Amino acid sequence: MTAPILALKNINKSFGPIDVLHDINLEVRPGEVLCLLGDNGAGKSTLIKILSGVHQPTTGTIELDGKEVTFPAPRVAQEAGISTVHQFGGTFPLMSIGRSFFVGVEPTKGWGPFKIYDRARANAIAVKAVQDMGITRITDGDRLVGGLSGGERQSLAIARAVHFGARVLILDEPTAALGVKQATHVLRIVNEAKRRGLAVIFITHQVMHAMAVGDHFAVLIRGAVAADFRKGEKTREEITDLMAGGASMASLEAEIEGYMATHDGHPPQAVQA
Amino acid sequence: MTSTTASRPVGAKPAQGSNLSLGSLLRRPEAGAFLGLLAVLIFFAAFGGLTFLKPAGMSSWLNVAANLGIIAIPVGLLMIAGELDISVGAMVPFGAMTVAVISGHYGMSIWLGIAVTMAFGVTVGLINGYMVIRTAVPSLIVTLGSLFAVQGIVLGLTVLITKSTSVALTVDGPAKVIFGDFLFGGQLQVMVIWWLVLTAAYVFFIHFSPKGNWIFAMGGDKVSARNAGIPTDRMTIVLFVLSSTSAAFVGMCQAILYNSAQVAGGQSFIFNSIISVVVGGVLLTGGFGSVVGIFFGTITFAIVNQGIYYTDFDRNWSALIIGVLLLLAVLMNNTFRKMALSATTKKKGA
Ligand SMILES: Nc1ncnc2c1ncn2[C@@H]1O[C@H](COP(=O)(O)OP(=O)(O)O)[C@@H](O)[C@H]1O
Ligand SMILES: [Mg+2]
Repeated sequence: MTAPILALKNINKSFGPIDVLHDINLEVRPGEVLCLLGDNGAGKSTLIKILSGVHQPTTGTIELDGKEVTFPAPRVAQEAGISTVHQFGGTFPLMSIGRSFFVGVEPTKGWGPFKIYDRARANAIAVKAVQDMGITRITDGDRLVGGLSGGERQSLAIARAVHFGARVLILDEPTAALGVKQATHVLRIVNEAKRRGLAVIFITHQVMHAMAVGDHFAVLIRGAVAADFRKGEKTREEITDLMAGGASMASLEAEIEGYMATHDGHPPQAVQA
Repeated sequence: MTSTTASRPVGAKPAQGSNLSLGSLLRRPEAGAFLGLLAVLIFFAAFGGLTFLKPAGMSSWLNVAANLGIIAIPVGLLMIAGELDISVGAMVPFGAMTVAVISGHYGMSIWLGIAVTMAFGVTVGLINGYMVIRTAVPSLIVTLGSLFAVQGIVLGLTVLITKSTSVALTVDGPAKVIFGDFLFGGQLQVMVIWWLVLTAAYVFFIHFSPKGNWIFAMGGDKVSARNAGIPTDRMTIVLFVLSSTSAAFVGMCQAILYNSAQVAGGQSFIFNSIISVVVGGVLLTGGFGSVVGIFFGTITFAIVNQGIYYTDFDRNWSALIIGVLLLLAVLMNNTFRKMALSATTKKKGA
């Protein structure tokens, strides 16, 4: 197995008195898709916000290529090659497709203090990127983002992340707003990113989607990694149970609580299948 | 119409081809402002003749537009970024009084007065911006607070120092020529030059330089903008510094021009700048607008404000015209923005 690009070591996160993440240990490797599963409020988005520089961990460390790093701002994470599509937003309704695509990293032409925004190049790149996502209806980069459908906007955000994601691509519930066809496209994009050697962190509620692309799965329950397994180690039913919070979920939670009671309040590090 | 493909879209929206360029012009943020300006020009030409377009008439509204426009553009940029600054209403007399007290009352160098005035403008902007990013209080409330606080400081300090609410100031030499004189000995204020130069600089910064994009992103979705790596806090502070410094600058130039400063006055800049900005096509909730639109909006306001003198109407009616104009402009801008949002992509092939 290749060395991990990113490793989380004992990450804890609290917002004031609210503890959201407990002792998270996770690794992402190049050419691998990590599916992050868990109920709403489990802390998935908080975890990836730590990886993208939006939040700082309360304790614990992040290692990039085995070296300890901090991401004090989103830009720092981006410059490290980590590109994220957050769960909500990511596009700007009253901006043109080209300008929205390049927010913060505008291409320029000209020289010195007279560098100007290169609209033609931005539009061409943005349109090509969304078309590569299968949205061939978009041909004009001057169109306003707000005129696109929810799925098209989501695709635009993903296309942007794929375009700028040099090493790690993080997608937080990217398929939630999408139809079947566009969701399939997203899965294809994920596979393509993986084939190009990117590490992908993929958050979803749909087992089919997770099974289709995942190499490695981690289930978060109330901020702790409750299960960490590789492709083929659990059946679809077991994963569904884990995600849906059904009877098996309840017993798993009881298991964790039992574990925590007998292990000085520590949640289990990982459950081997 | 024999072609079925051509006849179908006609009902829904204008056909493409020759209408496309007109359509894309109308979808620009300044389209409403431009049409509003045309309407106002026609209105005053019809009721007052063309006097207000002759040099003497023009300088009356150009002077109003210049003084207002220098403040309206940064106020509009804040609005595009999703913020408001109404403390400009206090910064105008603050700027005027600072330079008058330092260089008039105390008789120190005019350049010292100018430097201190600008420094005060920057300081108030820093305080406004810092309070907005540090607290969750909406900028309308923050700047309402600083509006009153600065007014209090101006009145209190001026009376304390000078025992008067009006301070005289005599400036000559280059400072007078640069900041507060009439051009070519006529009626046009040097402020008009400042306004045009600053407008050009803003147009470059907002619509051509890559950083202009950031302001629109901030107003569109502040969280996404921050997540995209934009230093939203720093940009917010810079914009507040621009607006309060611009207002102090206008006050300072007026004091130099009129050789005196009053503690009152300046309140009108609050509403007048917001009207110019909104008539200029800036969306009150942020994320949409243009400097050229604000420029047109300012001229439109100034023409209504001054054009009334060239008609037989009583001056008291100009507020009515401005009110109606504002509502019409907002309705028109909403329509154009909806058009921009629903504009579909060109169909490929047939
Ligand atoms: N900025 C914040 N301040 C306080 N609590 C937060 C904040 N962000 C998230 N939380 C809390 O952390 C928990 C996990 O949220 P989140 O990471 O969004 O979950 P998920 O993405 O798994 O649905 C929730 O209980 C949420 O209320
Ligand atoms: Mg979430």
